[in-house]
Amino acid sequence: MAAESYPDDLLYHPGHDWARIDGDEATFGITWFAQDALGELVHYEAPEAGSSVAKDRTYSEVESVKAVSDVIAPLSGEILEVNAAVAEAPETVNADPYGEGWLVRVRLTEPGEAGSLMDAEAYRRHLAEQG
Amino acid sequence: MQLIFEKSRPGRRAGHVPAHGLPVPEVPAGLRRDEPPRLPEIAEPDLVRHFTKLSTRNFGIDTGFYPLGSCTMKHNPRVNERFAVLPGFRDLHPLDEESRTQGALRLCFELQEALVEVTGLDAVSLQPAAGSQGEITGLMLMRAYFADRGEAERRRKIVIPDTAHGTNPASVTMAGYELTNVQTDARGNIDVDDLRGKVDEETAGLMLTNPSTLGLFDENIEQISEIFRSAGALMYYDGANLNAVCGISRPGDMGFDIVHINLHKTFSQPHGGGGPGGGPIAVGERLAPYLPVPAVVREGDGYALDYDRPKSIGKVRGFYGPFGVFVRSYAFIRAYGPQLREMSEAAVLNANYLLALLRDAYELPFDRLCMHEFVLSARRQKREHGVTALDIAKGLMDHGFHPPTIYFPLIVPEALMIEPTETETKETLDTFADAMLAIAREAAEEPELLKEAPHVRPVKRLDEVRAVKNPVVRYGFEEHEEPPGAPAEPRQLEAQ
Repeated sequence: MAAESYPDDLLYHPGHDWARIDGDEATFGITWFAQDALGELVHYEAPEAGSSVAKDRTYSEVESVKAVSDVIAPLSGEILEVNAAVAEAPETVNADPYGEGWLVRVRLTEPGEAGSLMDAEAYRRHLAEQG
Repeated sequence: MQLIFEKSRPGRRAGHVPAHGLPVPEVPAGLRRDEPPRLPEIAEPDLVRHFTKLSTRNFGIDTGFYPLGSCTMKHNPRVNERFAVLPGFRDLHPLDEESRTQGALRLCFELQEALVEVTGLDAVSLQPAAGSQGEITGLMLMRAYFADRGEAERRRKIVIPDTAHGTNPASVTMAGYELTNVQTDARGNIDVDDLRGKVDEETAGLMLTNPSTLGLFDENIEQISEIFRSAGALMYYDGANLNAVCGISRPGDMGFDIVHINLHKTFSQPHGGGGPGGGPIAVGERLAPYLPVPAVVREGDGYALDYDRPKSIGKVRGFYGPFGVFVRSYAFIRAYGPQLREMSEAAVLNANYLLALLRDAYELPFDRLCMHEFVLSARRQKREHGVTALDIAKGLMDHGFHPPTIYFPLIVPEALMIEPTETETKETLDTFADAMLAIAREAAEEPELLKEAPHVRPVKRLDEVRAVKNPVVRYGFEEHEEPPGAPAEPRQLEAQ
């Protein structure tokens, strides 16, 4: 399992999801905190490429022995690619939540929404407040 | 312990039945299997010992305290079992004539009446076989009601708090509704401000457990009720926690339109392997025409099954519901009689007593008087010693207790949800509290011991992840050598 970290180059959603923006595209995943709270993942209910996702809405589910958890889209867009490696081996998310464990790649439809997300420092404060 | 297949020896049999000499009907060749099923072949005493030994490895309410939060694992009075096997109940055929089943119908009718009284509503259907089926039936009633008013197309949304049992969102999805989540406020109530913005003319209804899965009675229930009433929406009461309020407060008075009652939780019926559950629903007058059929009704001096309900959503189950459960629960309710509230009072008192013993050792995320259950957090143990709710649950098994519900409700990190029920003695609660306090000390002093618990159970820590990812539910004949013994060729079906 990976050590706790919240990389500075990502933007964070309060639902413990991250986005890495690259031009008009972005990659989404769940944070170290989310995978730690869930424990080892046993299933990733992957969405279909081509489907659209809306900011703050559920676009897939991840499941551990403890619970099934919704995965929230930090930004709106259209799914370009789903990480098949995670669908095959969901524990990849636990091993590398910000790298190999990414969930979907998205073409952003509302790039302006990024302004409402947190940077790493704000997300760490958010976690501290949640205790 | 060996599996029964590993004890199998070719040709060995448990019991011998003499040849009957009767003609055996010819099974068409296309329907016949090529070889007999691979059943274990074993001597009768070994067979009996095998399953007896397995049964001693089980843990149930009859072997120990079982504070599994939200499941209300109360003791079922044994006398109710005697009533359930009275020949007049046990030997009834479901297609027997009404004139010959008046006693059973009267019992169903009086149980309906008792549930009307407990819920504060107007009509009951005993049909649903479990709480989950009560939920889907209740949502179907909502749809039928709004369809009659021409609002079914518009009212698509059901509101559910983030503390809800997982069955609630599952039922909503199965019923074809859309889910709207509402948050919990700092006191553990529904966040009314959040709720106001989420209820409108597209809302069909609310699903709420009250007291909630946090074991807390929602202090704003009147405001919540008013929000839904003024939007023309309905309210569904998940009766999972009804054990806390019987004879004290009634869902109907709180403004709910539909209630399911888990007979096996609130009243009497062995849980799990002991038999089926029961999930009757009670509704207010305006929803009564849509209830499933048949209803048990009074007809003259007797009782009858009424199928003539043109607006009914139809049947939701074969025959008339889980009758054996009705007998036990009816007996339970009648034994309390007008003192039924003492059941709920004792359940709430037991929970608060236990909470008072444990509140210093574990974090209490919502510090209020609890109802019949309470939710602690092992967050401090995790942060300071790396000991999780799972480790504490496993440690409790070494003390001879069934663990509480863990990691639920989802809004409490490292949740431990404890429900003692009204049927446990003070001594049992004290022993359990001592174990919980010993575990809290152990978490601080020797956390590595807890990380490896259980130490004295038949099996150690199971690999739950592997069990989910790679479940082995079938004996691997291919991976095991044929055991020594007589040649396997005379494997004929005994009957032929």
